[in-house]
Amino acid sequence: MSIWEYANPKKFLATSEKVMPALWVSSAVLISAGLIWGFFFTPDDYRQGSTVKIIFLHVPSALMAINAWFMMLVASLIWVIRRHHVSALAARAAAPVGVVMTLIALITGAIWGQPMWGTWWAWDPRLTSFLVLFLFYLGYIALWEAIDNPDTAADLTSILCLVGSVFAVLSRYAVNFWNQGLHQGASLSLDEKENVHDAFSSPLYVCMAGFVLLFLALVLYRTGTEIRARRIKALMARERLEA
Amino acid sequence: MIALLLRDLKLAFRAGGGFGLGLAFFLIVTVMVPFSVGPQSELLARIAPGVLWLGALLACLLSLDRLLALDWEDGSLDLLATAPLPLESTVTIKALAHWITTGLPLIMAAPVLGVLLNLPVQGFQWLVISLLLGTPALSVIGTFGAALTVGLKRGGLLMSLLVMPLYVPTLIFGSEVARRGAEGMAVQTPLLLLAGISAASIALLPFASAAVLRVNLR
Amino acid sequence: MTLNVTDLSVARGGIPVLEGVSFALEPGRALILRGPNGIGKTTLLRTVAGLQPTLKGRVEGAEDQIAYAAHSDGLKPTLTVAENLTFWASVFGRNGIEQALDGFDLQSLRDRQAGALSAGQKRRLGLSRMLVTGRPIWIMDEPTVSLDKTSVAMFAEAVRAHLGQGGSALIATHIDLGLEAEVLDVGPYKAKPPEIDDFDGGFL
Repeated sequence: MSIWEYANPKKFLATSEKVMPALWVSSAVLISAGLIWGFFFTPDDYRQGSTVKIIFLHVPSALMAINAWFMMLVASLIWVIRRHHVSALAARAAAPVGVVMTLIALITGAIWGQPMWGTWWAWDPRLTSFLVLFLFYLGYIALWEAIDNPDTAADLTSILCLVGSVFAVLSRYAVNFWNQGLHQGASLSLDEKENVHDAFSSPLYVCMAGFVLLFLALVLYRTGTEIRARRIKALMARERLEA
Repeated sequence: MIALLLRDLKLAFRAGGGFGLGLAFFLIVTVMVPFSVGPQSELLARIAPGVLWLGALLACLLSLDRLLALDWEDGSLDLLATAPLPLESTVTIKALAHWITTGLPLIMAAPVLGVLLNLPVQGFQWLVISLLLGTPALSVIGTFGAALTVGLKRGGLLMSLLVMPLYVPTLIFGSEVARRGAEGMAVQTPLLLLAGISAASIALLPFASAAVLRVNLR
Repeated sequence: MTLNVTDLSVARGGIPVLEGVSFALEPGRALILRGPNGIGKTTLLRTVAGLQPTLKGRVEGAEDQIAYAAHSDGLKPTLTVAENLTFWASVFGRNGIEQALDGFDLQSLRDRQAGALSAGQKRRLGLSRMLVTGRPIWIMDEPTVSLDKTSVAMFAEAVRAHLGQGGSALIATHIDLGLEAEVLDVGPYKAKPPEIDDFDGGFL
């Protein structure tokens, strides 16, 4: 049995409907457990107080923001190479989830940054990269929405995704370079905090696992919706053909 | 290939071809800047390299929607696609024509506008060099965006949304060269990175542009 | 060069419109396509011209042999008649546009801007482009739109001369050009709705 069997929409729908309930439940359990553990059963940070606890939302959403794009890239490649419609639709389905994750990461970052850095926004390389990633998501979604023919849209968006990925990586390095050029030695990096707080790492991992499962459930659900929408379109076209 | 380039240049220079519009836009944006930030020459001198780069980038962007759309509307693109010229060359020539009619005039106008913004003396040479190296990348990246949106009515706004994020690295390194040059700092690193981005874009993006054009033509 | 089309299926907007089309177009012959509006003649021509991928089947002998004339002529309004033709000639690596100008009675208009031509004159200019390409297989989509009687005769004469030189032509048209051509009615090839249970069966 080959993995490509799931490229058949019917098979995909049947299987995803079986696993989705488990995904919803386990992601809900993991996220609530992780958040409760993180919010109430970890010590306050000696420097940041309780504000540090937003990390349990911030880091998992940032992780998924990047992974969603990566998943779109893989799905686009599969569409370009093997031309499985489900793959293109999965890429389309993942984009809005990714953009929301990016937005959550940016907003929680701002809320965290306000008490810590005294500002809602700083042009730190990481923050800036996420903002650029957000723009890439917007362009990708807008292109999908703008084109009627589903195959044309799938082709164009996957090439945009491939080219965009290269430029997104370039932007990441460019932004790194540019920021050091502007503010020497300003280290608003998040890494430092993670090193310090071992106590936070376990609930953080739980939250991250929960977010991964949540992402999977959302993408499967949305892909199913896209498949059905596509099928309605095909049936309507068929009606026209028979008329 | 040369015939296509000559035709595009001729079309741009003839009445209604839009030659000079980008230049006029560049001028007007630069003139508006002191009105918005105030006339202090120190402040202007500090932001001049960035403003000039951003102005040039926007002027490039605004002239992109005519790049392929006109040929699309009158059917030339269909005919070009069945001609012996591979589409990869067609889009490269188109980008080159765009650069000659838009990028080159911008580069020549930039020093004059630099005077208006009190750009420090040592900055002029680096401003021109950075634009010389960077604007070709703007043209080929823009051609990719134009090819993506060629079949769409009112594709202009969408194209800006698609192209701007792709412009980020070029803008960062380009204006970094100009800024460092103006402040008398070493420019070598961003200069090399800018040249690298331009070279890689020119070498690789025409393939992506031709691929999306083929998809749009079918 | 013979153009061979074998068991060709074509799709418009992802939906199959014609299937199982087969024909061979030999040098010196012309083939007229007929069929009601919307049946897929344009799609078929574009597919044969290589602008669209085939859904099924093969097109052989078209690569670098065809000249394609669509509904729109690809004229630049600010270039003169001669400049427009010279451009297309050099794109196809040829020179000499006089024959084309003569063939479609455009000599008197040669220095006029294409934007100042009437619809029929533009069409003539668009068709004369076929002569400067030097390609043996002409693929033309409704070439006689907005042409008057004299111009239609002029066009038919040009096609006849082209066939006489060993060229061939695939033309979708509704009017009688007075050519000795085979006629292919594409109506019977209308695609039937495909089976639902193929691999990507959820869609088509």
